[in-house]
Amino acid sequence: MNYETIIGLEVHVELKTDTKIFCGCRNDSKSEPNTNVCPICLGHPGTLPVLNERALEFAVKAALALNCKINQKSKFDRKNYFYPDLPKGYQISQYDKPIGEHGYIEIEVNGETKRIGITRLHLEEDAGKSMHAPDGSHTLVDYNRTGVPLIEIVSEPDIRSPEEARLYLEALKSIMEYCDVSDCKMEEGSLRCDANISLRPVGASEFGNKVELKNMNSFRFVQRALEYEVERQRERYESGEPVVQETRRFDEATQTTVSMRTKEEAHDYRYFPEPDLVDLDIDDAWLERIRASLPELPSAKRRRYVDELGLPPYDAGVLTSDPKMAAYYEAVVAAGADAKQASNWVMSDVSGALNAEGKSFAECPIRPEHLAGLIGEIASGKISSKQAREVFKLMWETGKSAAEIIKEKGFEQISDPAQLQPIIDEVVANNPKSVADYKGGKERALAALVGQVMKATRGKANPTLVNEMLIEKINSL
Amino acid sequence: MKITDETVRHVAKLARLWLHPQELSQLVPQLNDILEYAATLQSVSLDGVEPTSHPFHEVNVVRPDVPRESLSREEALRNAPEADQGMVRVPAVLEGGGGA
Repeated sequence: MNYETIIGLEVHVELKTDTKIFCGCRNDSKSEPNTNVCPICLGHPGTLPVLNERALEFAVKAALALNCKINQKSKFDRKNYFYPDLPKGYQISQYDKPIGEHGYIEIEVNGETKRIGITRLHLEEDAGKSMHAPDGSHTLVDYNRTGVPLIEIVSEPDIRSPEEARLYLEALKSIMEYCDVSDCKMEEGSLRCDANISLRPVGASEFGNKVELKNMNSFRFVQRALEYEVERQRERYESGEPVVQETRRFDEATQTTVSMRTKEEAHDYRYFPEPDLVDLDIDDAWLERIRASLPELPSAKRRRYVDELGLPPYDAGVLTSDPKMAAYYEAVVAAGADAKQASNWVMSDVSGALNAEGKSFAECPIRPEHLAGLIGEIASGKISSKQAREVFKLMWETGKSAAEIIKEKGFEQISDPAQLQPIIDEVVANNPKSVADYKGGKERALAALVGQVMKATRGKANPTLVNEMLIEKINSL
Repeated sequence: MKITDETVRHVAKLARLWLHPQELSQLVPQLNDILEYAATLQSVSLDGVEPTSHPFHEVNVVRPDVPRESLSREEALRNAPEADQGMVRVPAVLEGGGGA
C-alpha cells in the first residue's frame, strides 16, 4: 500500500531583544550561570511582570512577515506545569488569543511554489537550562534563559515530506533573519524545532496516530529524523502493528528515533488568563508603524531578481536566502557590475572564501564596490578571467581595489597588437610543426601556439587577441 | 460542572499534592459548594457583553527594552536549597519533561 506522510512543525525562535520579556535582566543566556536573574524571572512572590515593548513589536513584525492575520486584541495566559527549569511553576504564554493566526510560508518544491499554512504565532517566555548529571544523581539549573522572549510558530499539517520540512525551516529562518528579530542559530538554541509526523494510506481523510519528535539540533537532523520515522511507521503498518502515539527523541549517534516514555497525563496545563498582565490592544496606527519597518522579504526579492535583474531562479534563490548575502550582492550591482557576472562571483568565489574562513557576508574583506571593479576589469578586457582569480586572492588578502592590485603587480593584460606582433612572429617561426598541423586542419594545434605566446608574455597576453593574430599570421604565410 | 473524587484526585496529582483519603472526602463537597456559589454569577444575563480577563480597562502596559542590574549570583542562589557550580541543584529529573 502507498502511504502519505503528514508533517507539522513547531518552531521556537528566541527574540534578540536587549532584555528579557517581563523584566530588565539582560537577554544573554551565555553569561556565567545565574548572573542575569532577578526576583521577577526567578518567580519570587510579590513580583509583577511588565511586558517588553520591543519583544511585542518583534513578535508582531514576525507575524506580519509570515502573512498572519494580527489579532488586534491579544492576551497572555498561564500554562501550568512543574519542572525545575520553570521557577514560577507556570510559563507565561498565549492560549486562545495569540499575536497572529492564519499565515503561510511559500517554499519551492520541484520548481513549483507550495504554500505551507501557519496556524498561529504566539509570544511566550523561555525556560531555564537544565544540566543532568551523567550518573543520574541530580540536575543543575541555570536560570539565565528563564524569561528570554520566544515566539512559537506552529505550522498546519501541510508538509508532505521530510524534504519539504527542511525547505519550510530554511524559508522560515530566512524570513526571521530578514526581519532581524532573531539570531536563528539552531546550534546555539536560538531556533528550536519539534515535529509531528503521521502516515495514512493515500486517499484516506483521517490522520494516523501522530508521533512527536524532539531533540533535533540542525535542519539536516530534522530531515534525517523524519526520514527515519517515515520508514519506521510504514514498516509497522505493513506488518500490521499499530503506531503508538508518543514522543520520541532523535539520537544523533545512531541516527534513529527513540521512545521517550513520558507520562501523557502531563499534557493538562490548566491554562487561565494571566492576572498579572493586562490585555493587548494593537491599534491600526501601531500596526502600520510595525508594518512599515518590514524589509523587502526573500520571496519578493527573489521575484525582483528574476524579473528586473534577469537572473535565473536558481541564482535568485541562493542570493536571497541570506539577507547579508543579498545586501552584498545588491551593493555589487549598484556599483555598476553586470547582474549575472556579479551573481556568479558572489555565489561561488566570495561565498566559498567566506565559508572557508567561517565568516559572514557582513565581514567580507572585499568591499562590494571593489568586487564590481574587478568584474569591470574583466569586462573591459584589461585582465583575463584567469588573472582575475589571482587578483581576487590578493584583494581578499589586502582589502585593496582591483585597479590598485593590477597596477602594482603588473597584472595588466597585453591587448596592444603592436606589442604582441613580434612575439607572434617568433612563436610561428619557432613552431613549424604546429603551424603545419593547424594548416592541415588540426584545429587543436592552435592551442599549443596560443600557449607559447602566453608563456612568452607570462600569461599577460589577451588570449582572444592572440588567437585572432595567430590565425591571421598563419593565413598570411 | 460537578466535582467528583476523580476530579479532586486528578487536580491534586497535577499540583503534586498528596491527599489523605479523609481530606478527599472533605474537599469534594467543599469544592462543590464553592463552585455552586460562584455559579450564581452565571444567572446574570451577559448578552452583548464582551468577555474580559481583568477587572480594569487598562491595556498595553509595556516597558522600554533597557537593561538594569540583575541580582548578584550569591543573592540569586541564597534561596536555593542547594547550589553547585553557580547553579541550583535539584533532584534528578527526567529529560524532556519540560521545555517551552
